[in-house]
Amino acid sequence: MNKILLVARREFLTRVQKKTFLLTTIGVPLLIATFYAALIYFQIKSTDHFSIAVLDEANVFSGKLENKKNEIIFKFVQSDTTTLKKQLDDHTYEAYIYIPAGFNITRGDSVELRSGKTLGLLTREDIERTIGKVLEEKRLLMLNVSKAQIDSIQQQKDPIKFTSVSGQKETGSKVGISYLVGMIAGFLIYIILFVYGTMVMRGVMEEKVSRIAEVIVSSVKPFQLMMGKITGIGAVGLVQFLIWLVLVFGIQFALPLIFPELSTSVQPQSMPSAGAQAASAMQNSGGLSRLMEGLQTINFPLIIGCFIFYFLGGYFLYSSLFAAVGSAVNEDPQDAQSLLFPIMMPIIFAIVIMTKAVNDPNSSLAIFGSLFPFTSPIVMMARIAHGIPEGVSVAQLIISMVLLIVTFLGTTWVAAKIYRIGILMYGKKITWKEMIKWTFRKS
Amino acid sequence: MLDLHHLQKHYSGQKAVNDISFSVKKGSIFGLLGPNGAGKTTLLRMITGIFYPDQGEIIFDGKPFNPLQDVQQIGYMPEERGLYKKMKIGEQVMYLAQLKGLSKQEALQKIKYWFEKLEMETWWNKKVEDLSKGMSQKLQFVVTVLHEPKLIILDEPFSGLDPMNANLIKDEIYSLAKKGSTIIFSTHRMEQVEEICDHIVLMNLGSKMLDGTVQNIKQQFKENKFHIRLAEPIQPPDSNLFHVVNHTDNALTVKLQEGILSNDVLQYFINQSQTIESFHEILPSLNDIFIHLVEGTQATARAFQSSNN
Repeated sequence: MNKILLVARREFLTRVQKKTFLLTTIGVPLLIATFYAALIYFQIKSTDHFSIAVLDEANVFSGKLENKKNEIIFKFVQSDTTTLKKQLDDHTYEAYIYIPAGFNITRGDSVELRSGKTLGLLTREDIERTIGKVLEEKRLLMLNVSKAQIDSIQQQKDPIKFTSVSGQKETGSKVGISYLVGMIAGFLIYIILFVYGTMVMRGVMEEKVSRIAEVIVSSVKPFQLMMGKITGIGAVGLVQFLIWLVLVFGIQFALPLIFPELSTSVQPQSMPSAGAQAASAMQNSGGLSRLMEGLQTINFPLIIGCFIFYFLGGYFLYSSLFAAVGSAVNEDPQDAQSLLFPIMMPIIFAIVIMTKAVNDPNSSLAIFGSLFPFTSPIVMMARIAHGIPEGVSVAQLIISMVLLIVTFLGTTWVAAKIYRIGILMYGKKITWKEMIKWTFRKS
Repeated sequence: MLDLHHLQKHYSGQKAVNDISFSVKKGSIFGLLGPNGAGKTTLLRMITGIFYPDQGEIIFDGKPFNPLQDVQQIGYMPEERGLYKKMKIGEQVMYLAQLKGLSKQEALQKIKYWFEKLEMETWWNKKVEDLSKGMSQKLQFVVTVLHEPKLIILDEPFSGLDPMNANLIKDEIYSLAKKGSTIIFSTHRMEQVEEICDHIVLMNLGSKMLDGTVQNIKQQFKENKFHIRLAEPIQPPDSNLFHVVNHTDNALTVKLQEGILSNDVLQYFINQSQTIESFHEILPSLNDIFIHLVEGTQATARAFQSSNN
C-alpha cells in the first residue's frame, strides 16, 4: 500500500511540477473564455446584415415586413426583375422576393425568393417565419377572422404547461439548461477518459521503452506500479478539475463586479447559435434572468458529486485498460492504434448515446447506456443533469454506480495480469488473443 | 545465502529454465555464465521475485524466498538498463531508494556517500538524458547497491564502461563482497569471470552444465598440456612421453601421454642436457571450456528463436 502511494506521489509530482500543467490548467479555460467573449462581442457589434429587396406587385405585404434587428432587412422596391438580378450581382441586395401581380394567397401560391449565394439555415428559418406569419394573418383575415381575434390568439405564449408528477414546473429554460449541463458534463468526462487514459498509456510505454520497468519491478510488484501510476495521474486530473471549478465560480463572482454593464447589455443577444434548444428556450423566456432561474433549478451539489464519482469510476475503469495496452506495445506507437480500437469503441458509443440521452433521459437506450458500465460514466451525466427523479430514478443511479465499481475491479484485475507479463516482454508484437490468454493464466 | 532447488520455468511449451539447482555462499562472488538465450535472465528474474518459478524452490538466507519482503534485501541491475530520462538524477535515486524501503533520511545519507565516492556530486540536478552511456551505467550501479542489499545481482555490469570506470566498479564489487554482500554476476565475458568470480555455474539451453570453482573447473577440463622454454633452440624432439603440439625456435607446447607426470618430461629434457628456462602447465581458459561445451548444441538457434517468440 505504501509503495502504491510512493509511486503515485512521483507520478503526481512529476506531472504537476511541469510547466505544461500550469499552462493547460489555466490556459485552456482562459482560451475557451476568450473565445466565447470574442464570439459574443462580434455578435453584438456585428454589422453584417442580410438585405432583401421585395418587389411586391400584388401588394400582398402592403409595404410592411418586420425587420429582424440588424440581421435581416426587407426593402420594398419599385423595379423589375432584371435590374434586381443586376443588383444581386453588385451586392446591393443579397436576395430579392418577386411577387407577381396575379399572386393569390388563398390559392396557396408560394412566395419565391432568389438569392445570389446560399442562405444559412438560420437566416432561411427567420425569413420563413416572418413571411409565413404575415401570409397566415392575411389568410385568416380573408376568412373573416377579425384582427383582434388574431392578436388574442397570438398573445397566448405557453399553450402547454409541462409539469412533473411531483408538481415541479418544468419550464422550457430548465429543460434547456439541463440539456446544456448534461452535454457539457458528458463531454468533459469523455475528454477526461481520453486525455488521462492516454496519459496513463504513454506513461506505461515510457517505462517499458526506457527499460526502467524491470528496475522498479524488482522492488515493487507490477500491480503496485500500475495502481500507483493510475492513482497518481487520476489525482492530477482531479486537481485540475478542482482548479477549474474554483476558476469558474471565481469568474462568475468577479465578472459582474468588473463589468457591471455586462449583465444588462449582453442580455438580448447573449446566446450564440450554438446549443440551439437552450438558446431558443431562453430567448422565448427573456434572457439572462431566465437563465439564472434555470440554473437555480439545477441541483449542482448532486451533479458535481456524481461528476466526481463517474469521473473517477470511468477513469479507473478505462485507465487500467489503457495501462494494459501500454504494457503490450513496444517502441512502435503504431502498434498501440490497433490495440486501442476495442477500448475506444465503447467510449465513442457512449458519446452517441449521450447526445440522445440529453434529449430524452428516460428512453430505453439512455437507460441501457447509463447502466452499462463502459458507457455509464458519460451517459449517466446526461440523465443526472435532468435531476432526480425526472431524469433518473434513485434505484437506477445506485445500480449504475454498483455496476461501475464491480466492473472497475474486474478490468483492473484483468489489466494487472496483462500488465505483469507485457511490461517485461520486449521485441514482440502482442495481439489481443495473447493478452486474453495471459488473463486466464494462473500466476 | 541462496539455494535453488530444481527450478523450472516454461514459456509456451519451451523450457526456459529446466531443473536448475545450485547454491551461492555468503560473501562470495558468483558467476552465472551462458550463451545468449540460455535462460540466465529468466533465472535471475525468478531470484529477484519478478517471475514465479513453475516448479522448484528458492531458499533465501535460510528461509523460503518471500518476494514481498526479501526484495528489500536484493539489488538487481538488469541487463537492459533503464532510468527515467526526464527526471532529475537526485530525485530519481531518492525515489528508487524509497521504493526499496529506505526512509528519506537514510536514503539521503546513502546517496551522499555513494555520490561522493564515485565523484558524482555535481549530478544531482542533471537529468539522465544529459549523461553519457558510461555515466548512466555508473548511476545504475549506485541505484542497485544503495540500499546495501545482502544479495546483489548484476547482469552484464561492465558493458559500455571504459577500463577506468570498469575498474572503479570492479573495486566496489570486491569491497561489497568483503563487507559480506553476496554477488551474483551474469555475463558471457569469460575473462572477467576468471578474474573476479570465486564460483561459477554454466548454463546452456536452460540446463546447468557446469558448477564449481574456477580452479576446479579448469583442472577438470585440462588437457595435460605444458609449455617449455629452453635456453637454446632445438629440433622438435620425438618421444613416447609426449607429443609436440606447437614448436618455435626454443619453445615447445607438449601434450603428455596418458599416465605421464610432468616430472618425467622435465627429466627428459634434463637428460638431453638442455637448460630449462620455464616450465608451466597450460590450463584451458574458461572461454575455451565455454566454447567447447556450447559448440555443437543448438544454442545459437535457440537464441534466435527466443528473441523472435
